[in-house]
Amino acid sequence: MARSILDVLDLSVEEIDDLIKLACDIIENPAKYAEVCHGKTLATLFYEPSTRTRLSFESAMYGLGGNVLGFSEANSSSAAKGESVADTARTVSCYADIIAMRHPKEGAPRVAAAHASVPVINAGDGGHNHPTQTLTDLLTIYREKGSFDNLTVGFCGDLKFGRTVHSLINALSRYTGIKIVLISPVELKLPSYVKKDVLKANNIEYVQTTDLEAVMPELDILYMTRVQRERFFNEEDYLRLKDSYILDPKKLVNAKQDLCIMHPLPRVNEISTAIDQDPRACYFKQVLNGKFIRMALMLRLLGIEV
Amino acid sequence: MKIDSIQNGIVIDHIQAGRAMEIYELLGLKDVECSVAMIMNVTSGKMGKKDIIKLDADIPVNLDAIGYVDPGATINYIKDEQLVKKQRIEMPKMLTNVLRCKNPRCITSIEQELDQVFKLTDAERHIYRCLYCETAAK
Repeated sequence: MARSILDVLDLSVEEIDDLIKLACDIIENPAKYAEVCHGKTLATLFYEPSTRTRLSFESAMYGLGGNVLGFSEANSSSAAKGESVADTARTVSCYADIIAMRHPKEGAPRVAAAHASVPVINAGDGGHNHPTQTLTDLLTIYREKGSFDNLTVGFCGDLKFGRTVHSLINALSRYTGIKIVLISPVELKLPSYVKKDVLKANNIEYVQTTDLEAVMPELDILYMTRVQRERFFNEEDYLRLKDSYILDPKKLVNAKQDLCIMHPLPRVNEISTAIDQDPRACYFKQVLNGKFIRMALMLRLLGIEV
Repeated sequence: MKIDSIQNGIVIDHIQAGRAMEIYELLGLKDVECSVAMIMNVTSGKMGKKDIIKLDADIPVNLDAIGYVDPGATINYIKDEQLVKKQRIEMPKMLTNVLRCKNPRCITSIEQELDQVFKLTDAERHIYRCLYCETAAK
């Protein structure tokens, strides 16, 4: 079976370091990598809508000189006729060298990986995992801060359903001197199993608060998240909680000058557009980094050495 | 209370008191052809109290299901009223089609033909998680 990436923890710290190094080399020398995937095909199997992730994967493969095929919603695939994920994965393995899959149901990419004969990258499975987002975040932190050690990282917003938050906390817990600050409404607190299995198990210092401004001065990274309508079964709860935190220039008054503000995007209103011009706003740099880290990941999974 | 010995069959012994019913349900013993005796709250030298299940035929039983409920249980295979094999049960690393994932967001909720696989993620706390969505079994 080909190696697939379903969870960021499928990668060792050394492998992540290698991917970051490779991504940085791609950024510095794009021409060197422009044709290395000539003759290779990426299949993007997106069972639910996505702008950034799908285009990022496609742009990454085109940037390496390869081809792309796929579908961008379940209705335009055989899934609409009731085809199983396993059968789709087997079929697409005949046409493509690597698969990126997004699916609303948790664990669908694991099913695909078990039946595909080519590598499968989980491009987001419901509220579960989204490893390339975490790799994107790690590359962004590395490029902005130069290392992962001894950083105070604040996570703000929906820490309950936010898969990117759980995944990044998990990835950061493998580095030294990390302090995590959890800022959320009580209803959207980080689940206790993440605190127990990740933070406490790795002796990571953490604090929980509802007051963003109070903790702002100590943060090196502020990771904002959107309260996601699609994760709620109850519309009333969503409406009550969606505007809990809105980052605006006033809230940044006491922030460090080298704070790095991140967001997995799309944002709704949780970061005021007035902040977009602030040099501390890194969320659009994140988007660009996402393309480069996906290029690096595909190269490694395809076994292409440059 | 006297329960007759069995001629050919299986005795699941040393079950923690009160847990025999869970094993009965997970093994689907209400659907088997043979007689099933469930003896609960028996005085035990080692355990204080224990449960026992006796099956009056040597039918295949899912040892993983027993190990999930009570890894301390033992299985005795009886032939011609004699104990021919004694087997200790261990906590299984994986459980296939023993439990069902209750997470409505899990892929198993829409693809019914998938095996329901749970993985032991914390032996100390006896926690099994769905292989697909990682939701803990309850």
